[in-house]
Amino acid sequence: MQVTRFPARAEGMADRMSGFVAHLRGNGVRVGPQETADSLQALAAVDATNPEQARAALCSLLAQDAEDWRRFDDLFDAYWFNAGRQRAGNVSTHVQVQAARPTLWQPHFEPDAGDGNAEAAPEDASPDPGAEDAEGTDGRLIATRTINLNRRDLRELMDEHSLRQAEVAAERIARAIKDRRSRRRKQALRGPALDMRRIQRASLARGGEPMDLFRKAKPPRPMRIVAICDVSGSMTAYARVFLAFLKGLVGSGIQADAYLFHTRLMRVTDALQDHDTLRAAARLSLMAEGFGGGTDITGSLRSFVDGYGAKALNGRTVVVILSDGYCTSSPDDLGDVLALIRRKARRIVWLNPLKGWQDYAPVAAAIRAAEPHLDAHLPANTLQALAALEPEFAKL
Amino acid sequence: MSFESIQKSLAGQGYVAGDRLAMALHLADTLGRPLLLEGPAGVGKTEVAKALAAMKNTQLIRLQCYEGLDASHAIYEWNYQRQLLAIRAGTGEDELFSDKYLLRRPLLEAISADIPPVLLIDEIDRADEEFEAYLLEILSDFQITIPELGTLKATSRPLVILTANGTRDLSDALRRRCLYAFLDYPDRETELAILNARMPGLEAKLARQIVGVVQQIRREDLEKVPGIAEMLDWAAALSGLGLNDMAQDPEMLQATLVCLLKTAADRDAAPRQVLDAMIGKVA
Repeated sequence: MQVTRFPARAEGMADRMSGFVAHLRGNGVRVGPQETADSLQALAAVDATNPEQARAALCSLLAQDAEDWRRFDDLFDAYWFNAGRQRAGNVSTHVQVQAARPTLWQPHFEPDAGDGNAEAAPEDASPDPGAEDAEGTDGRLIATRTINLNRRDLRELMDEHSLRQAEVAAERIARAIKDRRSRRRKQALRGPALDMRRIQRASLARGGEPMDLFRKAKPPRPMRIVAICDVSGSMTAYARVFLAFLKGLVGSGIQADAYLFHTRLMRVTDALQDHDTLRAAARLSLMAEGFGGGTDITGSLRSFVDGYGAKALNGRTVVVILSDGYCTSSPDDLGDVLALIRRKARRIVWLNPLKGWQDYAPVAAAIRAAEPHLDAHLPANTLQALAALEPEFAKL
Repeated sequence: MSFESIQKSLAGQGYVAGDRLAMALHLADTLGRPLLLEGPAGVGKTEVAKALAAMKNTQLIRLQCYEGLDASHAIYEWNYQRQLLAIRAGTGEDELFSDKYLLRRPLLEAISADIPPVLLIDEIDRADEEFEAYLLEILSDFQITIPELGTLKATSRPLVILTANGTRDLSDALRRRCLYAFLDYPDRETELAILNARMPGLEAKLARQIVGVVQQIRREDLEKVPGIAEMLDWAAALSGLGLNDMAQDPEMLQATLVCLLKTAADRDAAPRQVLDAMIGKVA
């Protein structure tokens, strides 16, 4: 969690509150100056000297969805109670203005970004590094100093040319499933057919003369893609292609959601949407900490279904799993999890880099457990194989 | 009115509200902002509005959203049949577009009531995005324009409660306009309080057992986790069957589980032994 230190000598309540709103914004809650004013108004309506009342009031005002709601307590404590930590001395005299990006990424940008302006010094804003583990209590990934050192940098794995090619392949696939239309006709401003029901209804107002012509058309029902990519040790060689592939999917204009997993699952859609490729790569390498380790396909998929699944899956979703099926955990439950996804999503496609090999047989236990639930099990070991996927997806 | 007094008077209506929810309702009332409630099915999102209307002794106006909901169903429509009849009877033109021939739908009704009502917009995520945008405009200005009549300003500001189930993601604009509260499954004490508030005549021992079993069942890996509504149904079923102690008739208990477990897979996942163990634990 990114922490703005509580301003000891702020101008007053308004000043402190704007610091708090900035602190929330730095942690990904979508609030602005309007909310600062609203918060002060809300505090006037409750007994603001009672911390619990103030907390509840600000929570209902500033939290915008279930995730904000859950982590609000931590964010609140971190600012108003200094996260339980007291530091003597060097208290800043004004509200720290948050840099747009968390300080822990600064080492990546300072050499190449070239904006030498006064951003908060790293030790100013980050809680003592090393004191927490790699995942913050709020679920947002932060890196401690040790992990910074042995992290794999994915920037080396993304060279310009293959990135472009894999992106093109992904965009083609996206286009293949993009233009789907509903079979039902619904009312529309322009459309090929007349909407007789509405015309008749409206004609009542004109004494039975059909004056207003309404039309109907088949509304687009685009498919969505959820891509879940394995970045464990056995997949290292393919990671370069697949990450670019994911980036292509996410940036292609269709509704796409991307996740990485090894022993844990994390959502990387936002990181991939970053238009600044370098920064995206830096964010990814932070997330892929533990990249190249063991695999827990079942556990990762289950945490996907339990967590993001409710929002990400619907009857128009194609789930794409990119993995070789080598799994250090027991594969027994994999079939059950896939059956569960199967019920919530439209199709499941497994892209397997090993399948492109000559005389490949699905011997890995996980793959054997998974195969009955897949709609397609396709090879994806090279860029060419990825490009050849387009007709397969058009069929889905 | 402080948030404690809201909490107390809601309890008087048989609704047990947590601190956060009571605070959100208090702010919605004082700041005049809509309140967005999210949470799993059956945790009492809709009940909040009902209890609130009963507490304030005012009207509850409910707009159930669905895909394809449009202005003529949500705001107003002219009563064409009556207008036609009036034309035949020779009514003047200026009278045709008057209040007499206007059919008020929930949103218009809510802003033109004399006493501020509670407006419940249920399952807003089922409505289309265009409707959401329209709603946003009404919720910020509290006025509705009818071309033939002009702009109708709100005579009273309704207390607006929106509920959502997560069918689709709501727009940021709507979220920013609203206060927010997330309702989750209650803990043991709260649930017991709810059960006692709703069914005061229930045997204390049975109530404790019911809540204990339901809390255990929620921890199992189920497709449809039973909510508070299901718990109350089950309690009503058990007391209706004249049961005073769960241990006394396991067969009947098994039969009443249809109130809690609503899919075939869930029913298979809860065999006799599991249930017996649960009852053994809470008894």
